[in-house]
Amino acid sequence: MSTTTADTPLATRSASAPAAQAMRRTARRWRYLSNAGAAVISAVLLVWTITPIYNMIMVSLEAEGDVFSDHIWPTPASPASFGIVVTQGYWYLEYFWHQFGNSVYMAAMVTLFTLLIGSLTSFSVGRMRIRNGWLITNAALFTYVIPASFLAIPFYLIMQHYGLNNNLWSVIAALVTFATPYAIFIFLEYGRSIPLELDESARIDGASPIQIYFKIYLPLMAPALVAVGTYALLLAWNEYLYQFLLLSNKESMTVPVALAQFLNSDVAPWNYMMATAIIYALPPVATYYAFRNRMSSGLTMGGVKG
Amino acid sequence: MTASYIEVGGPVVPRQSLWRYWRGGLRGSEFAWAVAFVIPYIAVFLAFVIYPVCYGVWMGSQPHLYAEVFSDPIYQKTVVNTLLFVAFGVNLKLFFALLLSGFFMRPGWWVKALLMVFVLPWAVPALPTFISIHWMLNGEWGLLNNLLYILFGIDGPSWLNERWLALGAAVCSHIWKWLPFWTVILLAGRMSIPQEIYDAAKVDGATGLRRFLHVTFPLLANLYLVLTLLATIFLFGDFNTITFVTGGGPANSTHLLATLGIRDAFDLAQPRLGVAAVLSAMPVMIPLVIILMRKLKTAEVQL
Repeated sequence: MSTTTADTPLATRSASAPAAQAMRRTARRWRYLSNAGAAVISAVLLVWTITPIYNMIMVSLEAEGDVFSDHIWPTPASPASFGIVVTQGYWYLEYFWHQFGNSVYMAAMVTLFTLLIGSLTSFSVGRMRIRNGWLITNAALFTYVIPASFLAIPFYLIMQHYGLNNNLWSVIAALVTFATPYAIFIFLEYGRSIPLELDESARIDGASPIQIYFKIYLPLMAPALVAVGTYALLLAWNEYLYQFLLLSNKESMTVPVALAQFLNSDVAPWNYMMATAIIYALPPVATYYAFRNRMSSGLTMGGVKG
Repeated sequence: MTASYIEVGGPVVPRQSLWRYWRGGLRGSEFAWAVAFVIPYIAVFLAFVIYPVCYGVWMGSQPHLYAEVFSDPIYQKTVVNTLLFVAFGVNLKLFFALLLSGFFMRPGWWVKALLMVFVLPWAVPALPTFISIHWMLNGEWGLLNNLLYILFGIDGPSWLNERWLALGAAVCSHIWKWLPFWTVILLAGRMSIPQEIYDAAKVDGATGLRRFLHVTFPLLANLYLVLTLLATIFLFGDFNTITFVTGGGPANSTHLLATLGIRDAFDLAQPRLGVAAVLSAMPVMIPLVIILMRKLKTAEVQL
């Protein structure tokens, strides 16, 4: 390797004109080849990514009864099933908007409490430098690496013991627990870029910690708050297991639980189910694309819990 | 140790300075504020992590449960499934993510546009897409077999009615859902490598594969290892993929630990058995968690 590295520049410089031309030609051919390769990879990726989503849209556009057929595009594509879902025109969907509201409420509360608890903790540990703050970061790290589903059974029994079944707050508590560690990491990491002198000078001017938290810390942390807020929102919207275990009656249910019940009933009309699924998927996709840049800057520091 | 310290003649730690030690550099009411700020998190941690963990360990503390769990043929299949899932699901996913992150480093608007589409599986909630995949794999009416018939005239198999095909489908769905996420993380890792290093490597004649092997990969190796550990741990807890793509079937042959635990606890109404099934992963999980916690603390690439 060392010989080639020494030789290459010299050889290029002293090469005669035809040799240089040949080299340029190989370079061009190489570039064509790599572009063609890239095009093939892109095509494969595109098909791989889109197929299940295409299937979702296709089934939702089927006219009633046409689901059990062998075409790959419904010939009279009809958006009728969306109409049925929106107007709750099927007995399985009679609480659809109520359940959608439950999902929104739950996700909003999870986001709010994750941001609140996460930012307070990170303020105390990172800015006020509370002694033994490492204990708290370790606790957070520990929570982050335990799979949430492993705690589901004891958590369910505890909530049942307290009579919190069918209460959205039991789900909110569980999801806040699993979202805060990530929030704490991101806030601690981001807070390092804000000079501590700001807090110091406010302290000298007589500001109390709570004033510093509200007037200095939170405004400066805005980008991290947006990233973590998006994360918590998506986590709550993606979650299924805890909602399934803890919410069982139609009025307290969220959309994913209703959707899964739909799936398990034998008479499920697939076109309604897919239309429901698409409507349910739209808010997180919109949120994701709206805050995509913020999210990916947060991602260099942290991951989403699966 | 403290005793010998005092014998040597060091100051005996009086009560007041112990108090000062706990307060750290904080003065007066500030310490009270600092404590008040961490109390919500400590309360959440104790109530919703420590309490369930202890409760779960107590529930699974009877040895006869484990004899019952280990002799269950479904559990034995589950262990095989988990190993296969780790071997193929985790490794293929991360390997493809590593390669694709390199692909997405290419310049050009269409690569960026493709990335926008590529992250869709991650942005769309898990449940709707897994239900869609479940239907897509239906032997009679699914999109996949319809496509196979139209394009090649083959009658595809009934994907979810045979153990290995169903497991393969579940692994593919898992990869489909999570590949974008790991790719984006590795892409961020690649972007944090300074361009000067590549320039220096170019001067030394390292291009293409050699650049990847001698420059990029050594720099990403630690991140890659951390991600593998993290993906393995997350996989143990994966509930949605199996539940919605295969439903654990055919004949309970495609369960993973998380779905098996929930099945034992709720379908069979034996919560202790479910907890024991989940806890049986602890001998593997605990070392992984310890290694991961250490790696995460020292990792230069923050995660």
